[in-house]
Amino acid sequence: MSSTLLDVADGLNGAQLPSAESEVWRYSRIAELDLAAFRPVPLTTTVTGADSLAASPERTAELVASMETHDVFDELSAVHAQTVEIHVPAGKVLTEPIVVTHVISEDGTAAFPRLVVHGGADSEFTVVERFESAPGIRALIVPRLVLHASQASRVSYLALNLLADTVWQLGHQQATGERDSTTLLATVALGGDYARVRTDARVVGQGATTKQVALYYADGHQMHDFRTLQDHIAPKTNSDLLFKGAVQDQAKSVYTGLIRIREDAKGSAAYQTNRNLTLSEGAWAESVPNLDIRTNDVKCSHASTVGPIDDEQRFYLESRGIPPQVAERLVVLGFFDDVLGALPVGSLRDDLRARVAAKLEGWTS
Amino acid sequence: MSTLEIKGLVASVAGKQILNGIDLVVRSGEVHAVMGPNGAGKSTLSAVVMGKPGYEVHSGQVLLDGVDLLDLPTWQRAQAGVHLVMQYPSEVPGVDLTEMLSEAYTARGRDTSELAEQVSAEAERIHFPADLLHRSLNVDLSGGEKKRNETLQLALLTPKFAILDELDSGLDIDALRDCARRVEAATHDSNLGVLAITHYNRLLEELHPDHVHILVKGRIVASGGPELADQLEIDGYEAFTGGAEEAAAEPTGGSYDDLFAL
Repeated sequence: MSSTLLDVADGLNGAQLPSAESEVWRYSRIAELDLAAFRPVPLTTTVTGADSLAASPERTAELVASMETHDVFDELSAVHAQTVEIHVPAGKVLTEPIVVTHVISEDGTAAFPRLVVHGGADSEFTVVERFESAPGIRALIVPRLVLHASQASRVSYLALNLLADTVWQLGHQQATGERDSTTLLATVALGGDYARVRTDARVVGQGATTKQVALYYADGHQMHDFRTLQDHIAPKTNSDLLFKGAVQDQAKSVYTGLIRIREDAKGSAAYQTNRNLTLSEGAWAESVPNLDIRTNDVKCSHASTVGPIDDEQRFYLESRGIPPQVAERLVVLGFFDDVLGALPVGSLRDDLRARVAAKLEGWTS
Repeated sequence: MSTLEIKGLVASVAGKQILNGIDLVVRSGEVHAVMGPNGAGKSTLSAVVMGKPGYEVHSGQVLLDGVDLLDLPTWQRAQAGVHLVMQYPSEVPGVDLTEMLSEAYTARGRDTSELAEQVSAEAERIHFPADLLHRSLNVDLSGGEKKRNETLQLALLTPKFAILDELDSGLDIDALRDCARRVEAATHDSNLGVLAITHYNRLLEELHPDHVHILVKGRIVASGGPELADQLEIDGYEAFTGGAEEAAAEPTGGSYDDLFAL
């Protein structure tokens, strides 16, 4: 009998599960997690579109060393991580996305994929990371992303959570943007049982921009949980975040976002918008925006909404002879239209739209 | 030949009775104007006929060729042949006109293969800018553009009856003329019956009614030909509200107070 995550965690100097009492895990389902139910196994990972790129063990080690350790999952990841590294040299532009696909297929297992992305100066490329699983398996996936965008680079990243609704995900993403770089961090979460992603986006070089976009849609007993940080360290930096989600049946979602503008980040602009549709009586969504502004001369705004489909929109469409379920589908797909349009890989939009529509098919409000 | 017959309609909104027994008959090809001051129940009448949530019907019927529309959900009323041109059409983010019409056609079992061409042709006819066709419904449209868009939908969905709720509010004279002419053409081409609800004479200079009704305090207090609108222009609504007390409560029969009507 191979050792479970609990055995491994016990060996990590008294590492404990985080408590939902702490703010960053508030509202989460972390108390339900049983580490003894999972044993770590290697993951099946494929990478396409990266054949022309060379490995860089030193830089990978440097970036991995820069990752912060917050909790037992970071520690477990440090022990079991399977690393994929993507280093795009200075000045290189890749027109086709690099696609990293992880498939977890064994019941009772845990996997720790770690993706290291480095964009050289003035490089431009997109990385798509797909998380998939066999249907119906009890499994845990603990992904880590460390992404560094060098001066004037344009780096886009898209995470697709297409896991079965029995799989737990506990993700952490850390991105750093240097001078004049543009980083796009996008997430589409449709799968998972309890699926959490924490994203720390730091703008450390003057004139750098980060954009964050997410589409999440939970049904049945799923729960999606996002924690975001827009951390402005250098002057004249920009960040823009748009997260849109829907919950139906008994599903839940949490969005907690913090904009932090540090003392030296004068002249920065930061925007944060989170909108949620609650499609069923039993569904629940929480949205908690926060600001931490430590200097003046900044532009900042945040907006957050949680509510059902707008009655006026529904009536307008029905008054044209459109049946209620079709009207609702139009309104929900329309709600997601701008985030779908903001995703870095246009060719995926039709597929994702179809997946959203398929979830709507199962909806009875 | 179809008939839309409103019989003894009594309805309230937010616990307040607004319609106190409305009787009206509109036949195919006819244009009826319902005129009234603020608070007379004009928008309530259109909302109740179409089945807008929040309105409660206490008694009466709305018969379309003998079928009581009040027994049907909104979408089936539309499919039965009533179309509401809204005073304040709702914004629907992420849904464009063609997408919406495609669903409206499909729900009626109509062929959508020519829809794009039909939309383009109708947009040109009503002077709705082609570059706005792919914008989200009513998002960032001017008042005139919204009403052209509403009229375009009316023209393509070819209902038996159109209810125009304050078509003349919030648009310039060119847009008003284009919309009114398009509606009038439909009365000839497809025998459309029209119930035009309005506060002012302005619309009726472009859309020529066969019948004019004055609505005051939830009741039709006078009905006649087009000359009734002319009389109203001269005398104001006071002549129909009956009594100096009520006239004092509604000082001028409405001028810029309409700006605040919601």
